[in-house]
Amino acid sequence: MIELLTLTPLEKEALKLSLWVSTWAVIAILPPGVFIAWLLARKRFFGKTIVDGMTHLPLVLPPVVIGYVLLVLLGRKGVVGAWLYERLGISFMFNWKGAAIASAVVAFPLLVRAIRLSIEQVDQGLEAAARTLGAGPLRVFFTVTVPLIMPGIITGVILAFARSLSEFGATITFVSNIPGQTRTLPLALYTLTQVPDGEVGAFRLCVISVVVAFFALLLSEFSSRYVFNRIRG
Amino acid sequence: MLEVTIHKKLGSFTINVAFSSGDSGITAIFGPSGSGKTSVINMVAGLLKPDQGQIYFDSEPLFDSEKKINVPPNKRRLGYIFQDGRLFPHLSVRSNLTYGMNLIPKNGRRLGFYDVVNMLDLGDLLHRRPAKLSGGEKQRVAIGRALLTSPSLLLMDEPLSSLDGRRKSEILPFISKMQKKFLIPVLYVSHSTDEILSIADSVIVLRAGEVVFTGGLDIKLVREHPEFFPTFGSNNGVCG
Repeated sequence: MIELLTLTPLEKEALKLSLWVSTWAVIAILPPGVFIAWLLARKRFFGKTIVDGMTHLPLVLPPVVIGYVLLVLLGRKGVVGAWLYERLGISFMFNWKGAAIASAVVAFPLLVRAIRLSIEQVDQGLEAAARTLGAGPLRVFFTVTVPLIMPGIITGVILAFARSLSEFGATITFVSNIPGQTRTLPLALYTLTQVPDGEVGAFRLCVISVVVAFFALLLSEFSSRYVFNRIRG
Repeated sequence: MLEVTIHKKLGSFTINVAFSSGDSGITAIFGPSGSGKTSVINMVAGLLKPDQGQIYFDSEPLFDSEKKINVPPNKRRLGYIFQDGRLFPHLSVRSNLTYGMNLIPKNGRRLGFYDVVNMLDLGDLLHRRPAKLSGGEKQRVAIGRALLTSPSLLLMDEPLSSLDGRRKSEILPFISKMQKKFLIPVLYVSHSTDEILSIADSVIVLRAGEVVFTGGLDIKLVREHPEFFPTFGSNNGVCG
């Protein structure tokens, strides 16, 4: 019984890697995500449709395509990747950083959508009021806008995190399936389905994935309700 | 002394106004809805940019299209009390009140926190959230919040229009009292003759984006010019 409830080293590795990769993916896209969301919600500019389209593209593209594009761009011989490797010694190939980038790209539109929707709901009269009280645009953003869109930010972060956890196609195409580096939960599960006698292990990973996803959703629900109540008084 | 000469096109509507208002007292900007009152004080506040013209306060430019000056709203040192209060829902009453106050250096604060709180009778509300306040209480907090930034001019955009008759008569004395106590000139936008008669010293009458009358305000003027003050005597005010 105890053996059933304890994780094997392989499972632990995959779970830890998944959480690590997803955490970094979300941290990396949060600042640009908030900025793009704000830009799309509030500004009119030349090429807005293109920015909007580019932001949403990962949502509709097959993840394998994203992985392949990343490989072409950031691979060691890729357009940007070669430069990064030769000049700065940075490589994303076959390590967790590459997996985080794949997850980040795929999760980005979900984050932006959630935050953009909440920015559109903010009463701009409140921001105008803050301006007349002596606050500059940046201060208004951080003391009025950000607190008011916090529920949207939390929703976006959890959605992005969940999407990162489930990321498979872009990751395996871009950085392959390397134990301890890029073999996250879904990749580990896939690996087990490809070997004889892997069913039990695959099933266990399946349960772990469900539990993690369920907790993420619960956390999202509770935290956005808590924040929402704090805002509405 | 506020001196305004502005021109602004808003779609098919044009605002073309010139007026000045005194160093003290309450000046009403009066006119029916759609006459451009709110747009005018939004331009004074810096929330709306005129196409052309000048806005000077105490000989300092706030806006001058020829000199390409447009001081941002946060640097204009004006207090603005909005029709709908616009309290920050995520902050307590106390934090709302101190939001602007904390942004000015201590030696620049001309009004004490508790002076304002006591005058507006806000002592019991400090820990509440805006959502838990009545309409009249919200407007008192909004007035206090603007006052605490030590503004050199207060702009009020129909601050009583969202309140019913009894609440209105609660707030009006506060506005007069505040003006007399702190001697801050007030620009008071309203479409109610009764309301401005009870508190304003002078009036600027707007019609379709243009000034049609300026001068001191008293009951005699109102009686002699029914074309400017048509609503007088109708039962929407606080006096009757």
